[in-house]
Amino acid sequence: MDYTVLRNNMLTPNIFELILHAPGQEPPQPGQFVNVQIDGQYLRRPISVCDWTHDTLTLIYKVVGEGTAKLAKLRQGTTLNLLANLGNGFTVQKHRGYALVVGGGVGCPPLFGLIKTLRAQGRRVVAIFGFNTAADIFYLDRFCTLCQDVHITTVDGSTGTRGFVTDALPLLPRRPAALYACGPMPMLRALYDAAPALPPGFAQFSFEERMACGFGACMGCSCQTKEGSKRICKDGPVLLKEEIVW
Amino acid sequence: MVTQAELSVSLSGITLKNPVIPASGCFGYGAEFAELYDLNMLGAFSFKGTTLAPRYGNPLPRIAETPGGLLNAVGLQNPGIEAVLARELPRLAQYYSGPLLANISGFSLEEYVRCCERANESDQISIVELNISCPNVHGGGLAFGADAACAAKVTAACKKTSKKPLYIKLSPNVTDITEIARACEAAGADGLSLINTLLGMRIDLMRRKPILANAMGGLSGPAVFPVALRMVWQTAGAVKIPVIGMGGISCARDVLEMLLAGATAVQVGAANLVNPYACKEIIEELPTEMERYGISSLREIIGAAHR
Repeated sequence: MDYTVLRNNMLTPNIFELILHAPGQEPPQPGQFVNVQIDGQYLRRPISVCDWTHDTLTLIYKVVGEGTAKLAKLRQGTTLNLLANLGNGFTVQKHRGYALVVGGGVGCPPLFGLIKTLRAQGRRVVAIFGFNTAADIFYLDRFCTLCQDVHITTVDGSTGTRGFVTDALPLLPRRPAALYACGPMPMLRALYDAAPALPPGFAQFSFEERMACGFGACMGCSCQTKEGSKRICKDGPVLLKEEIVW
Repeated sequence: MVTQAELSVSLSGITLKNPVIPASGCFGYGAEFAELYDLNMLGAFSFKGTTLAPRYGNPLPRIAETPGGLLNAVGLQNPGIEAVLARELPRLAQYYSGPLLANISGFSLEEYVRCCERANESDQISIVELNISCPNVHGGGLAFGADAACAAKVTAACKKTSKKPLYIKLSPNVTDITEIARACEAAGADGLSLINTLLGMRIDLMRRKPILANAMGGLSGPAVFPVALRMVWQTAGAVKIPVIGMGGISCARDVLEMLLAGATAVQVGAANLVNPYACKEIIEELPTEMERYGISSLREIIGAAHR
């Protein structure tokens, strides 16, 4: 489906917010992604959905290579072809207490849509977001208005707790009722080991992988799980803690 | 306006309503695409490369982008032929009833033969497409496809067992593809499919390592189309059995070029991965493109560039 660029804002020197006009779109599930066609690149680029309204879609992406560099140059009014509503996103669990949401760097955006959904369903949310340095932080004020508490960690200690997201776990008032996480593989791994035990289905981790099609056809992103092989693009990107094999 | 009949072609007595076949490995067992359009519009369908035992395949990353294409090193991930017969084919039957190519791979002569035996038992399978050209697994596939004598041996063994027409899928990673093609024909092959992917690689400059965990992978996409067309041209000129042409086809014009070079039908691979509607769009474009070039029937142009 074709979308039109409404805005393409620089949030940090390499993080951009792309707001698309998407009339008549089917609302995504939090944690789903889109696969974006970019002029001159053969493969589409998978980007998680950050936020949406009935006729807009917000994507936040990091410029890491030539594809995303081209994306960063898109002007208002440009048409962009997307395969939308891809993947199996987060399942919002019902519980008392609070949901802990943990993000690392450019893994934070899909958690924005998730937190909005959690709040709409009456869940309280505490968040931990990890960045390399204070200058990499984006969307903090928006996250703060939705969450009961937001803890920031930076690797260089320029703001918040020095270290990684797991270093902020001791700051939590009490055990969370659910855990939702998205970030780089080493972060997810460390969190997997350090996070408190939760009932099955209540700890959900969103993964990133190089993929071709993004809709389950090519087997380019299949990973091994305790439930057999799963495609990150189709059966994921969100996997339950119980099924993860490192 | 070009009618349906004028789009149809025939492979070993099997009528295809049009020459467009999704290529093995780029269309799974059909389920992901059946959600998007009616698969019965396809000429035929070649399912994901299947082996005797289930395979997880290669470690990740398995995919790398290239100019005009991609590299893959999936490594024949599949649930094994028993699961395909028991689970995938009954599911496919719910949304597809056209001709089906069973793409079969193996690591020994015996494995190929046993897969052919199992394929005999399915009425859904119209043609067995023997993959002797996978570049992404060690000791299998390509080991048979890179040598004329080995290719002939596996062809002869499977021909003896198979009750279905037997097509051999050839590798472009050889010195002379026509030598292998002729050896397969002499050993009893009913047809040939070509080309499989071209072996390639890319290096991640940040990590100073190959992008693919397998280091090398198979190149496909529009970048390989001229190479594929050349090999189809050479092969069709060297054998009498039908050739299914593939490699980088992404529009109806590419289909016409392949047919003119001597292909009886075509397979569309990588294009499905960047546009899930690729096969549907190519089929829909065909009549207009035929009209543009004054082609009234596809059968008439097969191999016409040789004449």
